Amino acid sequence: MDFRLSEEQEKFRQEVREFLEDELKQGLWEPSCDAWIMGHDPEFTKRVSKKGWIGLTWPKENGGQERSFADRLILTEEMLRYGAPAACHWFADRQIGGAIVHYGTEEQKRELLPMILRGEAYVGLGMSEPDAGSDLASLKTKAVEDGDYYVIDGQKTWTSGGGHMNWIYLVARTDPDALKHRGISEFFFETSLPGVSVQPIVDITGGEHFNEVFFENVRIPKKCLIGEKNKGFYQVLNQLDYERSGMERLMANYPLFAALIQYTKETKRNGKPLSQDPLIRSQLAQLKIEFEIGRLHMYRVATIMDEGRAPNWESSMSKAYGTAFEQHLASTAIEILGLYGQLSPQSKWVPMKGMAYHSYLSSKGYSLQAGTSEILKNILALRKLELPTQ
Amino acid sequence: MDLALSEEQEMLKTMAHDFLTDKLPKTVVKEIEESEEGYSPELWKEVAGLGWMGLAFPEKYGGSDMSFLDLAILLEEMGRACLPGPYFSTVVLGGLSILDIGSEEQKQEYLPKIANGEAIFTLALTEPSASYDAGGIETKATANKDDYIINGTKLFVPDANVADYMLVVARTEAKSKAEEGITIFIVDAKSPGISHTVLKTIANDKLCEVVFDQLKVPKENILGELNQGWQEVQKIIQRAAVAKCCEMVGCIQQALDMTVDYAKERKQYDRPIGSFQVIQHYCADMATDVDGTRLSTYQAAWMLSEGLPCTQEVAIAKAWAGEACQRVMALAHQIHGAIGVTIDHDLQYYTRRAKAAEVSFGDASFYREIVAQEMGL
Repeated sequence: MDFRLSEEQEKFRQEVREFLEDELKQGLWEPSCDAWIMGHDPEFTKRVSKKGWIGLTWPKENGGQERSFADRLILTEEMLRYGAPAACHWFADRQIGGAIVHYGTEEQKRELLPMILRGEAYVGLGMSEPDAGSDLASLKTKAVEDGDYYVIDGQKTWTSGGGHMNWIYLVARTDPDALKHRGISEFFFETSLPGVSVQPIVDITGGEHFNEVFFENVRIPKKCLIGEKNKGFYQVLNQLDYERSGMERLMANYPLFAALIQYTKETKRNGKPLSQDPLIRSQLAQLKIEFEIGRLHMYRVATIMDEGRAPNWESSMSKAYGTAFEQHLASTAIEILGLYGQLSPQSKWVPMKGMAYHSYLSSKGYSLQAGTSEILKNILALRKLELPTQ
Repeated sequence: MDLALSEEQEMLKTMAHDFLTDKLPKTVVKEIEESEEGYSPELWKEVAGLGWMGLAFPEKYGGSDMSFLDLAILLEEMGRACLPGPYFSTVVLGGLSILDIGSEEQKQEYLPKIANGEAIFTLALTEPSASYDAGGIETKATANKDDYIINGTKLFVPDANVADYMLVVARTEAKSKAEEGITIFIVDAKSPGISHTVLKTIANDKLCEVVFDQLKVPKENILGELNQGWQEVQKIIQRAAVAKCCEMVGCIQQALDMTVDYAKERKQYDRPIGSFQVIQHYCADMATDVDGTRLSTYQAAWMLSEGLPCTQEVAIAKAWAGEACQRVMALAHQIHGAIGVTIDHDLQYYTRRAKAAEVSFGDASFYREIVAQEMGL
């Protein structure tokens, strides 16, 4: 047992911090909550790519650096701590590259991975549909073989970053006659193809991060199929375990935590800094405790992946836990700010650039994305505790 | 980073688990709890024979030269088995404190006695103020030639009814700062001038009121530095808090395991209640709390074991464990239904111990304030 990171890992963390500090000094971006998913900054992504920080864990033969998942966790932890605009490459780096490494053909690896490594693939995840949310296997979007092509028809929804994407990872039905889990395949293709259209959905923060994506007679070459035909559902389950495993499930709104601590030190009420108020000290300490417990969950998942095992119920546990923390943080922040907490980022008098307001609203979705907390608890109950289904 | 136990540690865990399961069916736990001594001298000898008393002592003091982390594994299993008796008091509060701050002479005198099961130790720290702050120490030790004369009342002293020795925390000098002027003494618990009364507690353990009336203690029995004892007391509390967390991990792990087994067996509406999502989610919540407690506890135990500064990690572990245990036990009861609130069901042993553990060696509020300080608030 050793809870320490290695000297090289600490050095790596320092290197990432220096890079981000330097970026901040140059005023290239401003820290913000949800920047991993909403901060689309192609130039930032290019600079991250130049550092070799995309595809960190991939095999060297695929252009990666074969570094550990703990290393990637360190990298993402710092990106999130600084609220860096990493949305352009996040999905491709987190799960799509890995999926191609795992399931792709040699040709696909040669063609697609370098583009991801260069930070040029802004990937949307085409999973949910209007009638297929938690029950993903009920999806209806079809992919029908036609000579050297598949023809895609249907609709996806809640597609994160759909307005910025140039590639989409799509889950579609390839065998309508098979049992619903057994007739699904995965595809990866450019969204510039004719027949793809995107319609933003305005969320409760006023943002247009979610999208509906429509596919009308979209012809994609057969080489866009990733992995085995009709095995897509099982592939996607594995990818979801990775999708849930990351530090963004604990630190999506970390800039708010840092700002809140600073605010309580600098803001006086009744002649004393808020940080001297016993109740506020207790609230902030409780958040810190919950955060640190969450961090241990996250690092546990990384150590499991570094043992060569795919994360399983552990990432369900860490994601359900982490998003509950993020929501608690946002809610407590508004409570501590009191009346000021209700002010929107555009309002006169708003403290902390409206981070609390934004995060409170935005965090409602955290426990829904990538598996609702209820689905995650089902996974825990069935896979870890082996409780019966009937 | 490596969060797994080593092969040897896994073996120790299995061995401890098997031994304690065999020796401590709940009928035996009940019998021991209800006895006047609160421990089984036969079992005590067996535990000493296994080398568990001196597990974390160096060989030269009769120990096995293993680490605090190894001891943590034993404590977890003891918590799981509800081992009643003065193991915690003797080893964690007494032995490890002497090992940490005792003189060579003191170590040679007391540690082998602990290791071979001859001596029972305890710590007389808290007083009627029931506080773990220095200001709570009012018991006075007054210098008198080659001795100190101790007067005062200690409360919540574990196992004082059977202790051979006590570490007594007393005020040796009135100073403006509460943290100064405190000294720890090693006291022969059978000396005249000491009386005790066993309190009736929720965990059915032997917490005592101990009254010192003109108790005479030789000066050479000072443990650590005269007047500088509070710093050492804080380390003792810190170690005890982590050790308590280890027991709590065992306690709630067992409660979870019992609950999941019950949910698989108990049928209502012609199906196991564990097939209902509401029960599954309760169990998932329990498992998440158990794992969070385990991770933070072992992080703190590992850091203590490595001698690393860990004020914040210990505070986080104990604050978390205290409240997580309450959530776990509440759900364990909810899922067990009425059978779980009967005196003959095993669950109540864990319920009672978890509540006592929550307030022992610092509760969540106490440690949240420490975390706040560590955060620079």
